[in-house]
Amino acid sequence: MTGLVRNGELVEDRFVDASGAEALPESGAVIVGLEQWQAHRDALLLRGEPLGIKLRSDQMPQAIAGDIEHFDVIALEFPKFRDGRAYSYARLLRERYGYKKELRAVGEVLLEQLHFMLRCGFDAFEIRDPDPLGAYRAALSDYTVWYQPTGDGRPTAMQLRRQRLQQHG
Amino acid sequence: MYRYDEFDHRLVAERIAQFRRQVRRRLAGEITEDQFKPLRLKNGVYLQLHAYMLRVNVPYGTLSSRQLRKFAHIARTYDRGFGHFTTRQNIQYHWIRLEQVPDILEELASVEITTIQSSGNCVRNITSDQYAGVARDELADPRVYCELLRQYSVLHPEFSYLPRKFKIAVTGSPNDRAAVAVHDIGLRMHRNAAGETGFEVLVGGGLGRTPYIAHTIRDWVAPEDLLAYVESILRIYNIYGRRDNIHKARIKIIVNQLGIDRYRELVEEDFAASKDTPRPELPPDEIDRIAAFFAPPPYEALDDITDELDALAAGDARFARWLRHNVAPHKQPGYAIVNVTLKAPGAVPGDITAEQMDALADLADEYSFGELRVNHRQNLVLPYVRQRDLHTVWSKLDALVLATPNLNLLSDVISCPGLDYCALANARSLPVARDISARFVDVDRLAAIGPVTINVSGCMNACGHHHVGNIGILGVDKRGKEFFQLTLGGSSDRNAALGDRLGPGLAQEEVPDAIEAIVDRYLELREEGERFLDTYRRVGIEPFKEAVYGVAEERAIA
Repeated sequence: MTGLVRNGELVEDRFVDASGAEALPESGAVIVGLEQWQAHRDALLLRGEPLGIKLRSDQMPQAIAGDIEHFDVIALEFPKFRDGRAYSYARLLRERYGYKKELRAVGEVLLEQLHFMLRCGFDAFEIRDPDPLGAYRAALSDYTVWYQPTGDGRPTAMQLRRQRLQQHG
Repeated sequence: MYRYDEFDHRLVAERIAQFRRQVRRRLAGEITEDQFKPLRLKNGVYLQLHAYMLRVNVPYGTLSSRQLRKFAHIARTYDRGFGHFTTRQNIQYHWIRLEQVPDILEELASVEITTIQSSGNCVRNITSDQYAGVARDELADPRVYCELLRQYSVLHPEFSYLPRKFKIAVTGSPNDRAAVAVHDIGLRMHRNAAGETGFEVLVGGGLGRTPYIAHTIRDWVAPEDLLAYVESILRIYNIYGRRDNIHKARIKIIVNQLGIDRYRELVEEDFAASKDTPRPELPPDEIDRIAAFFAPPPYEALDDITDELDALAAGDARFARWLRHNVAPHKQPGYAIVNVTLKAPGAVPGDITAEQMDALADLADEYSFGELRVNHRQNLVLPYVRQRDLHTVWSKLDALVLATPNLNLLSDVISCPGLDYCALANARSLPVARDISARFVDVDRLAAIGPVTINVSGCMNACGHHHVGNIGILGVDKRGKEFFQLTLGGSSDRNAALGDRLGPGLAQEEVPDAIEAIVDRYLELREEGERFLDTYRRVGIEPFKEAVYGVAEERAIA
């Protein structure tokens, strides 16, 4: 099954993925594609419903950098696990454009990649596994050491070393 | 040299535990080879023609005797008693069993060696000058920055799924021995007008199907900004690099499609915008902390003993040849750098037996502060030998068949493993390399010919770097038969250049004769003090074409 794990909890997805659909559901939370957003921006805002947007891996987040306040979800697609563009997009959205709400990884999301995604700023994941939450927790326990600073604020090995030197120095 | 602390050890242990689980799932049939492939590749495990191959990183080419003994142990215990050094400061084992790989990785981890990112579409082993720390012409030890880059690139959350592999090389010397201009990123240390040391950053070099010499993207990056600037280059590549065609996915392609000016603009924009966000700044005291690991060994206060060495050499022609060709000057008085070529006549370039590894480790302990280097020409180095020990070291190396006096001479051939091992190859490169080294065994003749680099690749992926060989040899497959195309004039040093194609491909058995003909023509044409490359640059390709193909034949082909 595919389950949505958000902030470490298995949650029900209240959003309908209408990206690329001819027509939107009458009401309720929807996720639209970039083309739909650009073509029907005003109508989408007038719906007064929670709104999400899904970007393909060839759609850079610069395209929505001025609009992020309107989205409750931004979903970034991994069409193939080896297409790594969305890792950079996620960091740009979080660290440069200041996006604070749900950032969802969709598409071919492999368990081995979850910790990378989390560090780049994703907080929600579409996980294909009989036990999505169990698989998520197991995958995240693989690593406890990080060398690179990112927006998730986890201390890097360098920061921990420096802290220790200051304490003992 | 750098030593792991608890963080480094823990990360490697976690990595191995993860891979052990993945191997178990694969062996139990829970995941397919397709699903397993990207997992094993990121751990350096290839599936080749006959067996699994394991590629092990020697970070920036610095190796302790303890690590070399471990390599010997692995060769004996898990392989067929030998290993193979590559052009990227890696050692490869070609006869590995998958179920034993996690155990091998634990053995390697015990000496602070890994296979992490020795393959896959990520930042690979950071390579450097094999004379780092001991070269007379060096501004600063490049390994400090190599180690910082190594840590920075290991399991990078943003850049573990780049469009294609990514190779970074660093040189701290104006005489580039690390071939930085044919890397995805090349870093050259130099001093600015204020006397500070920083980096010239090159981008988009590479060999393979579409060879390019790198462009300078920035003349000057301060050390504290180095990682952040590299991060911006990687980010632009990750976003803009082509993912539609594996043969167009390297950074060199996108740099040349966008143009270096546009690529630079994108990088500079990102670099400026990243200033107020989390980015890998390098505090000066952190650079100092890492630099302390690369402090010079406890040298004795000695004087150079040039006269004594000359006297020894005068009485022993074999020692004299070795001294002239394989020993390089050292920055510390009374010391010398000893090169150990893995290119004995008829040998497979880069191959070394477990016994030779053990013996070399002993020599390093006794005569070189327990340290060795691996260069990008498939040779090893003893970096800290007292001049007064040179004769003893030579005689011990000689007994191990490791004193062939051919460094940078014609029989110091670089070769990829080719079709004898590799699933990608079109042709067998190793027999060609062997034939050449078997043909040119007369060391006096080699010395008379002078420096010539020969590089052999078994296919256009160019692992033998044939484009930058003074003489490049590329194996191709034409209707089921192997042919070898020659290029002349390539070079990977400071004036890096790609070779020019000489003419139609030759059969394997014709190659040694063609090399003879090229060499003879060079000897006819050369002027006082010229190396092969100098003569070639002066006279061009025509005289060599004629030497190999003959005037009549050339007309017939035209």
